Amino acid sequence: MSSAGLDPRERSGIVRDGLGVGIATGTYGISFGAVAVGAGLSVAQTCALSLLMFTGASQFALVGVLAAGGTPLSGALTAVLLGTRNTLYGLRLAPLLDWSGARRAAGAHLVIDESTAMSVTRTSTPAARVGFLTTGITIFVLWNLATLVGALGGRALGDPRTYGLDAAVGAAFLALLWPRLRDRRNRVTALAAAAVALGLVPITAAGVPVLASAGVALLIGVLWPGPDETEWPEVDR
Amino acid sequence: MIWWAVVGAGVACYLLKLAGLSVPPRVLEQPLVERIADLIPVALLAALVAVQVFASGPALVLDARAVGLAAAVLLLMARAPFLVVVFGAALVAAGVRLV
Repeated sequence: MSSAGLDPRERSGIVRDGLGVGIATGTYGISFGAVAVGAGLSVAQTCALSLLMFTGASQFALVGVLAAGGTPLSGALTAVLLGTRNTLYGLRLAPLLDWSGARRAAGAHLVIDESTAMSVTRTSTPAARVGFLTTGITIFVLWNLATLVGALGGRALGDPRTYGLDAAVGAAFLALLWPRLRDRRNRVTALAAAAVALGLVPITAAGVPVLASAGVALLIGVLWPGPDETEWPEVDR
Repeated sequence: MIWWAVVGAGVACYLLKLAGLSVPPRVLEQPLVERIADLIPVALLAALVAVQVFASGPALVLDARAVGLAAAVLLLMARAPFLVVVFGAALVAAGVRLV
């Protein structure tokens, strides 16, 4: 990492912001760990997800689909579809971070909502790199530790329904979706997708309704042009 | 089987991240592609909320989870942090089941 040409005061400000967002975000790995073992994953599988996948919404999606009785394949497909937004983040970050080779391959793992949000607004490559790495690494370390703590705690608790952990999954998805609902097209998309999914629940295998809802995004994207008023990624927690 | 999903989807998610950093921007930077890619998480997250809360196997039900979701909505409107929203919804649902 090169931070040459970066004013020390600017640098420490970026580091402070990155640590703040990183600590706030990383700790909610606890909820993921608890929910994942509640969905029937082993502690090892739960931790492997946080290490390998390392993108919260996709991880919650995989365990959510499994918890609802979906097949591992439909859970995996839903997770991968949700992971496509990281590709868009990468496109925006590539010219700013300006990495190649092994650094790009290593840095890619840290491309998530928060690390993107904390670096896309920077005006220079050194500033963007400091923001990206501070946020990304802090979250990676804490998210994985918190996942382990949550998974062990969740296993010790026993039946997740007693503690309402099955309700926690829906709340987690809603919290991830919430900032996007300020935009009207997003609200219409969300309502239509929810309606399509619920309509399919009685007539298709578990996991299919969620995947099919991606068709709503496709349809509305084609029929309804114009920009989105909401920022994505958004970090205000 | 779960291990395959964990490893397969994990690797695929990593490759999606790497693709964004590696692919020339012009390939994906078209308004339609960008708009659809932007709407996909909105649709999937909304569908996940609906199915998580209102589905029980192949049946649609209204139970303690719906009360938990209502609590989550209130907490989000009050700008509560993520963990408070998630565990708040869980506590409320657990409380409803005790009654």
